[in-house]
Amino acid sequence: MTDLAVSMPRAGRGKSLWWSSFIGLILRDVRVLRRDFIPFVIRTGMNPLLFVFVFTYVFPKIGQGFSSANGTSFGTVLLPGLISVSIMFQGIAAVAMPLSVEFSATGEIYDRVMSPLPVAGVAIEKVVFSALQSVLAAVIVFPMVVLIPSTPVHFAIHDWPLLVSVVILASLASGAMGLVIGTAIQPQQIGLIFGVVVVPVTFLGCVYYPWFLLHHVRWLQYLVLINPIVYMSEGLRAALTPDVPHMPVWAVLGALTLSTALLGWWGVRGFLKRVVS
Amino acid sequence: MGELTTSAIQIHDLVKVFQGRQEVRAVDSIDLDVQDGEIFGLLGPNGAGKTTTIGACTTRIRPTKGQITINGVDVLQDPAHARQFIGVVPQQNTLDRSCNAFENVYYHCRFFGMASGEATQRATQLLTEFKLNERAQAMPYALSGGMAQRLQIARAIAHRPRVLFLDEPTAGLDPQSRLAVWELVRGLRRQGITVLMTTHYMEEADQLCDRVAIIDHGKILVNGTPAELKQRVGGQTMMEIHVANVSPELSERLGNVAGISSVESMPNGFRLWTTGRDGLLPKVLEAMHGCDLRDVSVKEPTLETVFIRLTGRELRD
Repeated sequence: MTDLAVSMPRAGRGKSLWWSSFIGLILRDVRVLRRDFIPFVIRTGMNPLLFVFVFTYVFPKIGQGFSSANGTSFGTVLLPGLISVSIMFQGIAAVAMPLSVEFSATGEIYDRVMSPLPVAGVAIEKVVFSALQSVLAAVIVFPMVVLIPSTPVHFAIHDWPLLVSVVILASLASGAMGLVIGTAIQPQQIGLIFGVVVVPVTFLGCVYYPWFLLHHVRWLQYLVLINPIVYMSEGLRAALTPDVPHMPVWAVLGALTLSTALLGWWGVRGFLKRVVS
Repeated sequence: MGELTTSAIQIHDLVKVFQGRQEVRAVDSIDLDVQDGEIFGLLGPNGAGKTTTIGACTTRIRPTKGQITINGVDVLQDPAHARQFIGVVPQQNTLDRSCNAFENVYYHCRFFGMASGEATQRATQLLTEFKLNERAQAMPYALSGGMAQRLQIARAIAHRPRVLFLDEPTAGLDPQSRLAVWELVRGLRRQGITVLMTTHYMEEADQLCDRVAIIDHGKILVNGTPAELKQRVGGQTMMEIHVANVSPELSERLGNVAGISSVESMPNGFRLWTTGRDGLLPKVLEAMHGCDLRDVSVKEPTLETVFIRLTGRELRD
């Protein structure tokens, strides 16, 4: 053993090292995602693919098609909704599920926790990388939801900054939600997450119907406001299908910012609790 | 080894109380000074507070009270900075299951700010030196226990830390892998890395460590070189006698045997301490005449007999 002599760590000290360390954590996640890219695409695409295929291709063909009250095709209503579900689901798949295993079963996260940056940085990296995956998921799902339906899907992007803002905020909020779940549950409870979190937030997330039409069920229209997916779907509706009635933009951006901040704070707190006793 | 003057690790009045349904005082006022370049062992039974002490030194456990300095950096004040100087090999295999052997070391280097070229070079060099280069592309689940442990050590020193913490480094390894790990640890010391390790194997502490602290119930009972510690029990040999019925009268009879310095009663027999054992056994057997003798064993002074002398219990109780 020759060249192992002890020397000062190479890349500077303090905050410049925090940044290189953070980049190192991102690079590790990119490597893992590249290795698992095909499973990632299948996991991301299968649900929206089958959903649009059955409800917007098969149903109209067999005479069971339905459209919204104002004559909007179901495909047009689903376009923003299914993209928002795909964004949200990455938070669960990219953060919550791996994290709960890495904490409890294998302890894998602890090598990253020993990196020379504040522990909160490791948690924030998880959220940021999950957000990148969410954006990628949105890009994968978009063509499916536009091209598959047999009835016309009307979309128009007039406001790119709005679309970009909504996608980024929705992606960060999803990553933060994944962090909250991943730090709170044990690996054996993952199955429960689908029943307790994914299914309710999806079905009550204005994915398959616009929020505006819920005024027929007034109590539900107010109740769903606690669900962050509602703002993701409505924000994408405002950005992609502005002809469909949607929530005001200020409400969407405000609620998404608030959700990201609250879930992020809660998730980082949970992460610190799990890692430092 | 030359003169040791500076401290790599300084622990002062470390206390850790875990709150919960039942309050547990895992570490109870520990003071420790580990010198630069030495292999220091914390020897004690499971639950003695060894892992908690390492957890506090490596920023994973927040002490209830006390101060820890590593390489001059206050661990509690500036944990992120302190981590630059720390390498850790925990008890559990924490290798990244999503990355292969090479990537485990490579990305660890990246976490510590190395550029791609340097990280590749460092990872290749370490895998070669730790005889893992043929398994560089293997995923962690395909490695044997010994290989996984070597990879964990390679990863822990990849960023050139000043201090390496090894928590039970050979637990669960076969004898051959254990010797390989010992050799690696000695190699690290030759390069000037300070090692703080925990173990409950007394022969490991005896053979590998320059100094040993014996720890029990969160307190350090005694601290010194293995030779000094064995000297503390007066170089006494321990004899254990198991009998069917333990009686005070028998204890007294044994205490009167010339050469026996003390007698301790156990539930199933007696523990005798003696300075010399020549010709002692027949005398002891004579004193035992008429008893239902089950077993006799003699132990030369070891760190284990030191532990038994200090606590009245065996290390693996």
